[in-house]
Amino acid sequence: MKFLEKTIIQLDVEVKSPEDAIMKAGQLLLKDGLVEPSYVEAMKQAYNKNGPYFVLAPQIAIPHARPEDGVNEAAVSLVQLKEAISFGHAINDPVRLVFGLGASSSAEHLTLLRKLTTLLNDPQNIEQLLQATTIDEVQKTIRNGEMTR
Amino acid sequence: MKVLTVCGLGQGTSLILKMNVEQALTDIGIRADVEHMDVSTASSMDADYIITSNELAESLQGHKAKIVIVNNYFDMDEINEAIKENMEAS
Repeated sequence: MKFLEKTIIQLDVEVKSPEDAIMKAGQLLLKDGLVEPSYVEAMKQAYNKNGPYFVLAPQIAIPHARPEDGVNEAAVSLVQLKEAISFGHAINDPVRLVFGLGASSSAEHLTLLRKLTTLLNDPQNIEQLLQATTIDEVQKTIRNGEMTR
Repeated sequence: MKVLTVCGLGQGTSLILKMNVEQALTDIGIRADVEHMDVSTASSMDADYIITSNELAESLQGHKAKIVIVNNYFDMDEINEAIKENMEAS
């Protein structure tokens, strides 16, 4: 299980489209061997097919696909966008934090989602992730987030 | 009481919503069985309530369950309020 570890966080990233943002979050998972290329492709297809419902809160998108699309290890990556981009969500647009979720069918998937939910349930953590300029700052927020609740 | 939390694939976001909905129901004191699933499974599933986003609520129109919309999955105040408004009366 890899939850927002250093190598799967990227800050101040420029993207041209929502698809591009999804690909960037997916590529972080891909380069560490956490998912297969087919999974990244499926993340993009899920957006094209089902729309931007995974923009779960203002500024926050959590693109993902199904475990059978090619997940090797349960993981969450983060791409913080340089400029907010619209995903077409009626209420929560525009997006600046993209969490790439590698959804596994193991029990770790649940643990991972619980960590992510605990982190993002606190508006202060979200604010810190939006403001962060270094990976160390992001990791500090994540560690603090794990201690609350 | 049976509650479904619904997303496009039934893997990620509906599970996040389920966690926060269960927390809210416990806090309010409502006993319910909460299941998470994708939108097409949900459309043929019996339930008292379906909790989902504005985006997916449209595709569930006509379902016998009462549809409850949550826009910010991480805002416990919004979730608590949506549940109180829609569920306590029953």
